Amino acid sequence: MITEIGHFALILAMFVACAQAVLPMAGAARNNVAWMDFARPAAVIQFVLVSFSFGVLMYGFIVSDFSLAVVFQNSHTDKPLIYKISGTWGNHEGSMLLWVVILSIFGCAVALFGSNLPPALRARVLAVQSFIAVGFYLFLLLTSNPFARLVPPPVNGQGLNPLLQDFGLAIHPPMLYLGYVGFSMAFSFAIAALIEGRVDAAWGRWVRPWTLAAWGFLTGGITLGSWWAYYELGWGGWWFWDPVENASFMPWLAGTALLHSAIMVEKRDTMKGWTVFLAIVTFSLSLLGTFLVRSGVLTSVHAFATDPARGVFILILLIIVIGGSFALFAWRGPTIRNTGVFQPISREGGLLLNNVVLTTATAAVLLGTLYPLFLDAVNGSKVSVGAPFFEAVFIPIIIPMIVAMAIGPLLGWKRADIQVAMKRLRLAFVLAGLVAVATWSIMTDGPFMGVLGLALATWVGMGALVELAERIRLFRDPVAASLSRLIRTPRSSWGMTLGHLGLAVAIAGMTGAGSWKVESIQTMSPGETVKVGGYEYTFTGAQEGQGPNYSFTRATFEVTRNGEPVITMHPENRRYPVRSMPTTEAAIHSLFLGDLYAVVGDADGSDGSYVTRLYWNPLVAWMWIGAIIMVAGAGISLTDRRFRVGVPQRRKAFATTTAAET
Amino acid sequence: MMARRLLFIIPGVVFCILAIYFAVGLTKDPSQLPSVLINTPVEIFQLPPIKGRDTHGLASTDFVGEVALLNVFGSWCISCKIEHPFLMSLKQTGDVPLHGIDWREPDPDAGPDWLKREGDPYTLVGDDPDSKGAIAFGVTGAPETFVVDKKGIIRYKHVGPMSPEVWKNVIYPLVLSLRAQ
Repeated sequence: MITEIGHFALILAMFVACAQAVLPMAGAARNNVAWMDFARPAAVIQFVLVSFSFGVLMYGFIVSDFSLAVVFQNSHTDKPLIYKISGTWGNHEGSMLLWVVILSIFGCAVALFGSNLPPALRARVLAVQSFIAVGFYLFLLLTSNPFARLVPPPVNGQGLNPLLQDFGLAIHPPMLYLGYVGFSMAFSFAIAALIEGRVDAAWGRWVRPWTLAAWGFLTGGITLGSWWAYYELGWGGWWFWDPVENASFMPWLAGTALLHSAIMVEKRDTMKGWTVFLAIVTFSLSLLGTFLVRSGVLTSVHAFATDPARGVFILILLIIVIGGSFALFAWRGPTIRNTGVFQPISREGGLLLNNVVLTTATAAVLLGTLYPLFLDAVNGSKVSVGAPFFEAVFIPIIIPMIVAMAIGPLLGWKRADIQVAMKRLRLAFVLAGLVAVATWSIMTDGPFMGVLGLALATWVGMGALVELAERIRLFRDPVAASLSRLIRTPRSSWGMTLGHLGLAVAIAGMTGAGSWKVESIQTMSPGETVKVGGYEYTFTGAQEGQGPNYSFTRATFEVTRNGEPVITMHPENRRYPVRSMPTTEAAIHSLFLGDLYAVVGDADGSDGSYVTRLYWNPLVAWMWIGAIIMVAGAGISLTDRRFRVGVPQRRKAFATTTAAET
Repeated sequence: MMARRLLFIIPGVVFCILAIYFAVGLTKDPSQLPSVLINTPVEIFQLPPIKGRDTHGLASTDFVGEVALLNVFGSWCISCKIEHPFLMSLKQTGDVPLHGIDWREPDPDAGPDWLKREGDPYTLVGDDPDSKGAIAFGVTGAPETFVVDKKGIIRYKHVGPMSPEVWKNVIYPLVLSLRAQ
C-alpha cells in the first residue's frame, strides 16, 4: 500500500513540475506576479512529494519488500542494513529517482533562499529547473518505474553486486549526483538569462555559488570513485579513462572552466556569452554523464543497465534539453554585449587561457570517449580507446594551463606586467628547479614525466603560496600588519588559494603513482619473502573463513624495511555465494611517500601457496589529500559573505570592497 | 555581425552531428560482440554428462552431421532463467537438436537440480566446471547460443537470452539455409 502511495506521489510531483515549468515562465513574460510566485510553493511541494517517494523506495529496501522488482534484483535479506539502504540508489531506477530528489532539493533551495533574486529571474530559473525535472519524471515513470511490482513476490532477492557493497561506493553516487545536478542551477540561470536577454555582474555573482557547490561535490564524488577503484578493484590503479569515469570528468573540466569564467562576468563584465555557453555545456555533459552509462550507447565495465527503449527516451530528452538550449543560444546569444576590455597579459588573459585549455581538454576527452561510438556508427567496427590515447593527448594540452596557473593570480585586471609577476615567482621557480633536479638524481631511471610532474606541482603549489604572501604583503610590512591582512582575507580568496594548492598536491600524487609504481605478481608459499619498492613482504600463510554474507581467504604478510618491522597486512579475497562473484579486499598501508598495497588471489595447488600481487604505489595518498584540500577550498569560498547577503540591494557597498581586494 | 551570429550557431550544429551519431549508435546492440571463432570448426573437446543423465556428455564430434544449436547456461545465471521457457518451447517443436553446456557450476548437483526445477530442453548436456567446452566455443558469458553447421563449423553466436524474435528473424532462417547447403 505504502508503495502505491510513493508511486502516486511521484506522479503527482510530475504534474506539479509541469505546472511549475509553464506558469511562472508565462508569468515572467506577462509580468504577472501571482503566476511568477507560484514557482516557490510549487518547488517546495515538488521537493516534499519526491522525497516522500524516495523514502518509500528506501523503506522497501530496508524491509526487503521483494514484491518490488528493484528490491528483488538488487537486495537480499542477508545484506547488512547500510547496504540495503545504499541499494536504494545502487541501481538504475533508484539512482534516477535520487537524481530528481537532488534536483528538487536545489529547486527548493532557490525557492527558500533566493529572496534576493529579482522575481522574474527567480521564476524563470525555477521554471527551467522544473522543465528538466519533468523530463526525468517521465523517464522514470515511463521507462524505469522504481515501483514496478512482481507477482508473485519471490522469497529472496538477488543481492547487490558484491563489488558495490562498499562504503565508499555507497556514498559515491549521491556525491556525484549532487555535482551533476548542481550544474543544473548554472544551466537554469543561463537559460533564464538568455530568455531575459540580460547577463550582468549580478547574474555572475548568483551563478558562482551554485557552480562552486556543484564543483565541490563533483570533485568529492570523482575522488571517492577513484579511491574506490584503487582499493576495491585490486589492481592498484586509480584512474582507467573508462567511459564512465570520463563521463564524470568532462563536466568537472567544463565546470572548472565555468567557475573561472563566471569570475570575469562578475568582476569585469566580459566573456558573458562564453560563460552562458559554458553553463549549457557543463550541464549537457552532466546529462551525458548521467545517461551514457544507462542507455547502452556506450558499454563499460561499470554499466549496470543497458536497455534500448531507455536509450531512445534519453536521446529525445538530450535533444530537447541540449539542442533546445543551443538553439536558444544561437538565437539570443548574439544580443549579449561585453563591456569589459582587456589586454592579453592580464588576469582576464590568464582566465581566458584557463578556459581555452580546459575546453580543449574537455573536447579531447569527449572525442576519445565517443570515438568508438562514431566508428561503430560509420563502419560497424568495435574499438576501444584506452589510457594511452588519453594520456598522450590530455597531458600536453593541460600542461600550459598548469604553468600559467601560478602566474595568472598575480596579474592585475585589464593590463598587467608579466615581468613583475615573474619576479615575484622567482622563489617558486627556483624550488621547482630544485625538486626537478632532486627527483632526477634520485629516480635516475624514472620517466621524464615524473620529473616534470613534480616540478609543476611545486611550481603551482608555491605559486599559490606566493600569491597569498603577496596578498598579505608578507615580509614587506610588519608581521602584525600581514597577520591582520591574513585574517581579513576574503574567504573566496582562501578558496582560490586552497583550490590551487590542492591541485598542486594532487598533481604530485598523480605523478608519483603514474611514474614510479612497482608491481610484483607471483606465487608465494608460506615463509617466502618478496621485495617490492624497498619493502620486504613475508607471506606467513592464509586462512579460510566466513563473513556475514560471504566466505573469504585471508592472507598475512609481515612487512619489513631493512629488517625493521613496518606492519602486518591482511589482504582478503571474498566470495559472495548469492552472486558467485569474488571481490578482492586489498590491504593498504599509507605512508608519507607512498602506499604499501597487497592483494591475495587464488590458492595455487594444495601446499598453502597463493597467487599474490604486491605493489608500491608512490604518493597515492597525496591525491586524496589534494582533493580534500580542493573541496575544502570550495566549502570555505561558499561561506564568503558576498554570497550570502542580499546582493542586488547592496551592490554599491560591495563595489568598493571588490575593487579593494583585487 | 553575421560572423558573430555564426559563432553562436556552431555549438548547436556540433550537437546536431553528435545527436545523429547517438541515434545511429542506439540502433547498434552493444551486446553484439564480434566472435573470433565464427566460421571456424569447433575445437576438440569432451565433457562428461551432468549428474543424473543417461546420455553421454558432450563432445566436439556431436556437432558433425547435423545442424545443431549449442546453449551455454548455468544455474547461477539469471538471464538463463529468462530464456529458459523459450528453450522449453523450442524442445516441443523438436525441430533442431539443442545441446547444452552447463558452465561453471559451484557444485555438481546445482546444474541437474536447476534443470529438474526449470525443465530440461537439451538433447545432450556436458558438465563444464573448468570452462573447457566454453573455451572451445569462445564463450564470453552466459547465456550464449551458437549455431553449428553440418561440418561442425561455428556459424553464429547470439549473446544474451534467446527470444522468439531472435529465433524467428535470425536463427531459424540461418538453420534452414545451413541445412540446405
